[in-house]
Amino acid sequence: MSDIPPVVEFTGVHKTFGAYRAVVDINFQVQKGEFFSILGPSGCGKTTTLRLLAGFEEPDDNGGTVRIAGEVVNKKRPYERNLAMVFQNYALFPHLSVERNIAFGLEMRKVPSAEIPPRVKKAMEMVRLDPGQFARRMPAQLSGGQRQRVALARALVLEPTILLLDEPLGAIDLKLRKEMQLELKQLNKQLGTTFVYVTHDQEEALTMSDRIAVMDNARVAQLGTPAEIYECPRTRFVAKFIGESNFFEGVAQSQGPDGWRVDGSGGRFEVPAHPSITQGSKVAIAVRPEWLDVAPPDAVPPGENAIRGTVTDVIYLGETLHVLVAVADGEGERRVTVAVRNEGQLSRPIRWSKGDAAVVCWKPADCQVLEDA
Amino acid sequence: MNPFALRQRALAWFHRHKETQAWALLAPGFGWLVLFFLVPIVIMFAYSVMPRGEYGGVERGFTLEHYARFMDPLYIKILWRTLEDSTICTVACLLTGYPVAYVIARATKWRNFLMFLVILPFWTSFLVRTFAMIFLLRDTGLINTMLLKLGVITEPILMLYTPFAVMLGLVYGFLPFMILPIYASLEKLDLSLLEAAEVLGAKPMARFFRVTLPLSMPGVVAGSLLVFIPALGSFLTSDLLGGAKEIMIGNLVQNQFTTARNWPFGSAASFIVMALVLVAVMIYLRVRDRDTELGAH
Repeated sequence: MSDIPPVVEFTGVHKTFGAYRAVVDINFQVQKGEFFSILGPSGCGKTTTLRLLAGFEEPDDNGGTVRIAGEVVNKKRPYERNLAMVFQNYALFPHLSVERNIAFGLEMRKVPSAEIPPRVKKAMEMVRLDPGQFARRMPAQLSGGQRQRVALARALVLEPTILLLDEPLGAIDLKLRKEMQLELKQLNKQLGTTFVYVTHDQEEALTMSDRIAVMDNARVAQLGTPAEIYECPRTRFVAKFIGESNFFEGVAQSQGPDGWRVDGSGGRFEVPAHPSITQGSKVAIAVRPEWLDVAPPDAVPPGENAIRGTVTDVIYLGETLHVLVAVADGEGERRVTVAVRNEGQLSRPIRWSKGDAAVVCWKPADCQVLEDA
Repeated sequence: MNPFALRQRALAWFHRHKETQAWALLAPGFGWLVLFFLVPIVIMFAYSVMPRGEYGGVERGFTLEHYARFMDPLYIKILWRTLEDSTICTVACLLTGYPVAYVIARATKWRNFLMFLVILPFWTSFLVRTFAMIFLLRDTGLINTMLLKLGVITEPILMLYTPFAVMLGLVYGFLPFMILPIYASLEKLDLSLLEAAEVLGAKPMARFFRVTLPLSMPGVVAGSLLVFIPALGSFLTSDLLGGAKEIMIGNLVQNQFTTARNWPFGSAASFIVMALVLVAVMIYLRVRDRDTELGAH
């Protein structure tokens, strides 16, 4: 395993445009067949990272190396890298029919002309576009979802080892997007092609990826599996960007057998031991809404952290209910979101309503200590 | 009734009568074209089939003699040479104009300034600019003087009053009409298409011939028509720079209306040229449409 080089490897990659630092010290590896996502808000450097991999951009001088299958490709042009890419706006050639669009890469790579039509047909079938119906259409005669499939077929027909996708599902409607997510994931597994997928949609990244690099402010903030990213966000940014989080802050008071006792502005709570915590240091934790519970002030489950507050709202979301609780935070208030499973509001309605005194509580282990307190 | 209510009622009436509204908006431009384009053409056509008046003008009657007269090899030769010159001029404008348009479309920072330079010659009249060419090209002109001073040549090169000078003048005069439409189509070319082509394996030459050029064809077509058609009718350039030695069809028409005072023949010659242009453009558009249709099915 270790003697096979990773399909993609970024080592200390920097890229600046003038005075603007687009990406700073990017390090990651992508293994063969992996579905790897680069996730982040707009302007975080994710697209630049993908363009560095595609070959549209070169790393700065002494700005690290980009390797594909072990070979340094810093100076190689896109057409020398033997990868395929699906663009955000699809970038279909408007003057070529669907089949000519898909055949373009094969023609450029000097594939014998007899081989081209069957390969085009196969690629169209792979993305579930009926060749008889669509082969001769022009891109302008297609819907957004169909264009998406053509763009995908144009890339897959080359049988690339790496497929780059730059927010390919951004422009299509929600239902179709969900369908395409599953299809992409299937294609990834079925073809064994390595997918590098750029998106700003955290749900999309969680659904599809084997691993995710979360980017923030030109750097990789966290690298891990969807479960690692969601359940153990290392920074406040990651906790906020992926899913919903409640934050509690305080000062570490004393160490107990299982962790630290923290004095927070809204009350005292316990957190698990963490290397970043020392006596008197600031502590911030993230707690997911579904890790929290809401209880009457006199019925806190033993051993759980509890912070007093007042219910301000109950929001019906179908599968869950969100109970919003205002808790003291220094001088003011802050709102904590507690997710409660919906057990049927018609038969067994929850008892909380606006103005009720309540405590939000959680088990000390069910929280994530953040590194950037 | 107060003016506001009147206006409301007028607007409401127009809303109910959409077609009237459209005609009302079209009327000024439509009227202008009828008066200054359609009517003169009809008059000219009438002249072309009427006998020539003794002292210019026309007389009552109907004749096709002017069209028959044009079939003389002398005139056919002039027409043929004009078509040749216009074609060469169009190709020369295309070959010089395309790279210019390409560079301007890619120059993000200097784009507006460069466009300004392309349009700048229009600030002076075509006549003045053509005269200025004489000062450049004549034996004692700027080019010859410089080459003599530099010792490149010992005798002035004969440039003025040659076919070369005419061609130079035509290309110089019509080049902006080629650059502008090509620039317009290159400027809106989506650069991600070129990136897509590059990832798909296309090297620079392939990217140009397979993506950039086909997508800028509308500009090339428009530019070619905008150069070819006026070049066909031009007379000033060959008059001034060609020394009226080799006349073009435009000169012939002009002469018939001025010095020869044979208006019917001039009209007939104009109509023959117009018909040729019309047929050429129609064939061209037909071929292009067929190509796009083929692509669509």
